[in-house]
Amino acid sequence: MAETAIKVENVSKLYKLGYVGSGTFRDDVKYYFDKLRGKRSEAELIAETNDREHKGNSEYVWALKDINFEVKHGEIWGVIGKNGAGKSTLLKILSKITSPTEGSVKYKGRIASLLEVGTGFHGELTGRENIYLNGAVLGMTKSEIKSKFDEIVDFAGVERYVDTPVKRYSSGMTVRLGFAVAAHLEPEILIVDEVLSVGDAEFQKKAIGKMQDISAGGGRTVLFVSHNMASVRKLCSKGLLMRNGKIAMIDDIERVVDNYLSSEAKQLFKQEWELKNAPGNDFVKVKKVEVKSANNHTLQNFDVKTPLEISIEFYNNYAISDKVYASLHFYSQEGLCLFDIGSEIKSMSNGIVKSTLHIPANFLNDGSYFINFNILDASGPKLLFSLNECLAFDITDARHDDLGYFAKWQGVIRPTYLPFTTEQV
Amino acid sequence: MPDQNEWTEVISPKTSLLDLKLAELWKYRDLIVIFARRDIIASYKQTILGPLWFFIQPIITSLLFTVVFGNIAGISTEGINSFLFFLASQICWSYFSSSLNGNANIFVSNAGIFGKVYFPRLAAPIATTLSNFFRLIIQLALFLAIYFYYYFIKKDVSIQPNWQLILVPYVLLLMTFLGLGLGIIVSSLTTKYRDFSNLMVFGVTLLMYASAVIYPVSFLPEKYQYYIRFNPIAAAMESFRYAFFGQGTFNITDLIYSTVFAVVVFFAGLIVFNRIEKNFMDTV
Repeated sequence: MAETAIKVENVSKLYKLGYVGSGTFRDDVKYYFDKLRGKRSEAELIAETNDREHKGNSEYVWALKDINFEVKHGEIWGVIGKNGAGKSTLLKILSKITSPTEGSVKYKGRIASLLEVGTGFHGELTGRENIYLNGAVLGMTKSEIKSKFDEIVDFAGVERYVDTPVKRYSSGMTVRLGFAVAAHLEPEILIVDEVLSVGDAEFQKKAIGKMQDISAGGGRTVLFVSHNMASVRKLCSKGLLMRNGKIAMIDDIERVVDNYLSSEAKQLFKQEWELKNAPGNDFVKVKKVEVKSANNHTLQNFDVKTPLEISIEFYNNYAISDKVYASLHFYSQEGLCLFDIGSEIKSMSNGIVKSTLHIPANFLNDGSYFINFNILDASGPKLLFSLNECLAFDITDARHDDLGYFAKWQGVIRPTYLPFTTEQV
Repeated sequence: MPDQNEWTEVISPKTSLLDLKLAELWKYRDLIVIFARRDIIASYKQTILGPLWFFIQPIITSLLFTVVFGNIAGISTEGINSFLFFLASQICWSYFSSSLNGNANIFVSNAGIFGKVYFPRLAAPIATTLSNFFRLIIQLALFLAIYFYYYFIKKDVSIQPNWQLILVPYVLLLMTFLGLGLGIIVSSLTTKYRDFSNLMVFGVTLLMYASAVIYPVSFLPEKYQYYIRFNPIAAAMESFRYAFFGQGTFNITDLIYSTVFAVVVFFAGLIVFNRIEKNFMDTV
């Protein structure tokens, strides 16, 4: 049994909503007075759990509530969860940036936290001066930095510019320099926030490699927070899922990621109605809408390599029945319409009509999407009925492991099958 | 399972008021020096005159004071060469005021770093004070050069150095404690109530007029001479000048009062700072 490296016991963190300090002087005095008398302040009693989606009644919120976990020496944990689930607050407490309202955190070993790359960089100073500055901020001594200086410069690939002020660096160079310093820290416990999502592909490959060396070689304990499931899966062995300021799950990383993907995102794979309460009007009524994997109909975790089938079934009571067709609007979560496509117009008699759209594998990029359906009369064309946001689903990333690029792939779509040839001319 | 004693570090909500973690601060001594160096270097990067600005600034200011307060307003400098008088005052005062200003902004101006990485927060105000101290030493050297020129070469009789010279380092230490102490008190309050940063904008200037910087205490009417003794900075200013010129008022009681005041302010500052630093990221 390995030794415990981090032990988190009953950690809670209380936040006050709204502006702190403006016009709340009286509240502050009351809060401290309550504290002074050793009782739980009124604030703590009325505070609510951290749930963004419901408007609460209290001004106070538990950003974290009763967090307990224990990380063994040498383990690599991935911390995942939606925005606002408490990941950052937990990270700030673990890295001593803010203190918990209750509970305690215990460490065994030297800790370093990396919540940002290049913390403390000063634009007017040269690369050399900034390596010392940043290294010292992260807790290295001058002699430690000196002994690793050449390695750092080499890793960042900035030999030529080491005596140039950092304000003249490109943003990529600044990030590389920052990561290079951080990568040469040698803590026993490392707490890392989403730092891999920066830099170009080549650098990311290097950074991931370095992270793996760190965790594999030195038997180091790592806590890694990320939104990127691909990198979490690759780097971590255990996962911690946060939800509304509480721990939702601690388990093997694969299981935690699956749980997160299926539970956290708002997903609507299928809707079906009885004729009597079906949405629609005298012309058409919708019976069923559905999205599924074309390969495996039970699969509900789509990734970019999954071919999809999106279908709508409706009762066609329209007089000019042979002119009815469906159109599908494909939206990204941000509300951008990726495409608008009409179904085949075919002579149909009244009754149930089904239109199915096939989306090939490797066409969509990863992201969250929703679907609107319109049913139209082609002779107008005239809109008969529309059904908005009736399907919603996520498409997750899937890449070749050896690519080593883990940032969000750019673009709205990712049609990797398009021929992009290379030849010698 | 390791037991409680084996933990290298324990984070919990409560700590004692004066737990300054000096051992940890010592481990970060390189950081303090690097911070101080950064402040100094950054202040003259991309300037033609570079570090010469450390000299230019007090000389120009003192010349201006000589013209405005000495010649135009006719403030008596007790027979002391008025340029030397203002140079001495200016160097001593600007050490205090830049330390006060720098430390008063310590949380707000470092919020970016403080929010991303942990190190003993006290490192920041100490570094600011250190860089100001470095500037003071350079300016003091300049002052001494001019002072000796007047004393030995121009044989200025108004300059009468005396035994109080040995108190100069002590007076500067008082200024350090006052600047650092008041500064971190203000900065701790500023994290929550920004009113204090507005106050600082003109507060420091007002304080200068109330601290016998541009006039000797003897210049004041009797009534005000009594009140100014409550200002701990005034006594320090007077003692500083007295040591070099042998003119003005040197009062040991006032100096003791200043000392007590400085020590109290300094420790109050440390306590407040220590309380605020743990959670200031939530309020700043």
